[in-house]
Amino acid sequence: MSPGAPPQVQSLTCPNCGAPLTVRSMGRAVTIVCDRCHSILDAKDPQLRILQRFEAATGDEVPLIPLGTRGKWRGADYEAIGFQVRSMEVDGIGYSWREYLLFNPYKGFRYLTEYNGHWNDCSVTTALPEAQGISVKYLGKTYKHFQTCTATTTFVLGEFPWRVTVDDAVAVTDYVAPPYVLSSEMAGSETTWTLGEYVHGADIWKAFGLPGIAPTALGVYENQPSAMRASAGQIWFAFAGLATAVFVIFTLSQLCSGREEAFREAYSFSPSSTEASFVTPEFELKGRISSVEVQTDADVTNRWIYLNYALIDEDAGKAYDFAREVGYYSGVDSDGGWQEGSQRDRVVLPSIPPGRYYLRVEPESDPGLGIISYNVTVTRDVPVLGLYLAAIAALLLPALLVSWRVYNFEQMRWSESDHPMKSIGGGE
Amino acid sequence: MTQSAALCPNCGAPILFHWSSSVQTTCPHCKSILIRTDVNLEKVGVVSDLPLDSSPIQLGTSGVYENRAFTVAGRILYDYDEGSWNEWHVMLSQGASAWLSDAQSQYAVTFAVTADPLPALPAVHLGDRFVWNKTQFAVTAVTEARYRGVEGELPFEYWDKQGATFVDLRSIAGDFATLDYSDSEPVLYLGKMVDFDALRLKNLRAFEGWS
Repeated sequence: MSPGAPPQVQSLTCPNCGAPLTVRSMGRAVTIVCDRCHSILDAKDPQLRILQRFEAATGDEVPLIPLGTRGKWRGADYEAIGFQVRSMEVDGIGYSWREYLLFNPYKGFRYLTEYNGHWNDCSVTTALPEAQGISVKYLGKTYKHFQTCTATTTFVLGEFPWRVTVDDAVAVTDYVAPPYVLSSEMAGSETTWTLGEYVHGADIWKAFGLPGIAPTALGVYENQPSAMRASAGQIWFAFAGLATAVFVIFTLSQLCSGREEAFREAYSFSPSSTEASFVTPEFELKGRISSVEVQTDADVTNRWIYLNYALIDEDAGKAYDFAREVGYYSGVDSDGGWQEGSQRDRVVLPSIPPGRYYLRVEPESDPGLGIISYNVTVTRDVPVLGLYLAAIAALLLPALLVSWRVYNFEQMRWSESDHPMKSIGGGE
Repeated sequence: MTQSAALCPNCGAPILFHWSSSVQTTCPHCKSILIRTDVNLEKVGVVSDLPLDSSPIQLGTSGVYENRAFTVAGRILYDYDEGSWNEWHVMLSQGASAWLSDAQSQYAVTFAVTADPLPALPAVHLGDRFVWNKTQFAVTAVTEARYRGVEGELPFEYWDKQGATFVDLRSIAGDFATLDYSDSEPVLYLGKMVDFDALRLKNLRAFEGWS
């Protein structure tokens, strides 16, 4: 209020206790509550008929936004003129929330609701919401049914443009489309719809210049927007982009890779022989440092062969040791035909420098299995699929993590509703 | 805008009509309610002082509705159980008249339309649906109102009423309709809910301490 300007209030006194009453909404008040004795008065009656009188002051509820506080909110000045506490009971547990009525003589009324530090900015709807099964459609947006309960007014202060008394009970149904909540209140046969938007306490504290800091919001509220949800979209979008890039690089490297056969030879192994170890002739691995694939094709049906390999750099004397087992089994049992393993084994050794090489091979098998013939093929410069798969997995991990957190957030949200989520993927 | 001048038969003050089709007006000097006859003005009553009112709109307020400029020429004030509301009579630029209602700062602009047959009051219930002008409406309120007072120019005689019943209807797209049962034949008004800012109102009433 600008200094010097007399406040636009009527001078009235409470017919119950004689305390002066402040009227802030200029003839719009229908109900006014005495600050001192909390009697609820009929503001439309020139005598201020007492609608409800309280023997003991029920003054244990203190509005966080004191009545008479003004702030710049949603582009206009608003003054807090009314305060009420409403309660509901679910499974024998009482929950209560607070509602602050805001007034601007041009823009009219809107109100702020607060529950456990979660705030909503609410105003009466203009168009008619339309039922669609359990959901409701309002101005093109679908709101999912969250909860139906009976809300009972337990405390009022200030003034209201409608009749309100303590113990008033209405059926309230909330439908959510975060950050919005559409609420219907049914009293008698009339239904009032309001649209709320989730707002942060800190913004209210700033707008109304309230002392201290806004109480911390506890838990997840019915229409609280999931911050992770937006980033989940972004992170999956990024994942799709990066995975495509990995795939493109993989395809290009596949196309560009030399895939040059450096060595191929056929051998046979008799498990009963005493000294099976041998070395291959030399072969050349060309080009830059790149991968080498060693492929073993063995004539093993219901048999196996175990090969200790060493790829040896003749010039540097360096050996790359690795062992492979090739085995293939098939048969018929009560479930029908089965098979296991393969007659072909491939292994890729990454980052092998160019030079002259040979293989040392030491086969092993069961002496009872007979002679096993096999081919060894060495191919220079093959794409290393595993690296690409590892890259994809590394990209996938954060996306899955964020999605998991989004899922948990939604589960917490709906756990307070009439439709708790049952299990992963169960949804509503 | 026609400005036909006459003298108040009660106090002799000059009376200006801002709208050529006005049937009734109030003398700004002595508060007499004046009815326009063929030749002169006839005093039919006196308006009681209107109660402390809260509407930011006043006679002479101008604004814009669907790209058409309008000016407020008169009003009817109603009381009901939950408060009061104003029906402001507005003149549009092409000589048409409409109503701008301000009910607890919920604003709607409506035009009288002819549509028949209109439902009789006993046949109307909350939630009932009607289609007018290809739009489906649902009844959202049935209000027993008391005539509280008038001010300025009105398109009909309206000064000796007691009570009236109004049926409000809305559509899913923000259309608004009112069925007015104050006369023997119901009258239908069709229009839209409007946002205060969208009306771009000028010459509003000043509230001390508010801008």
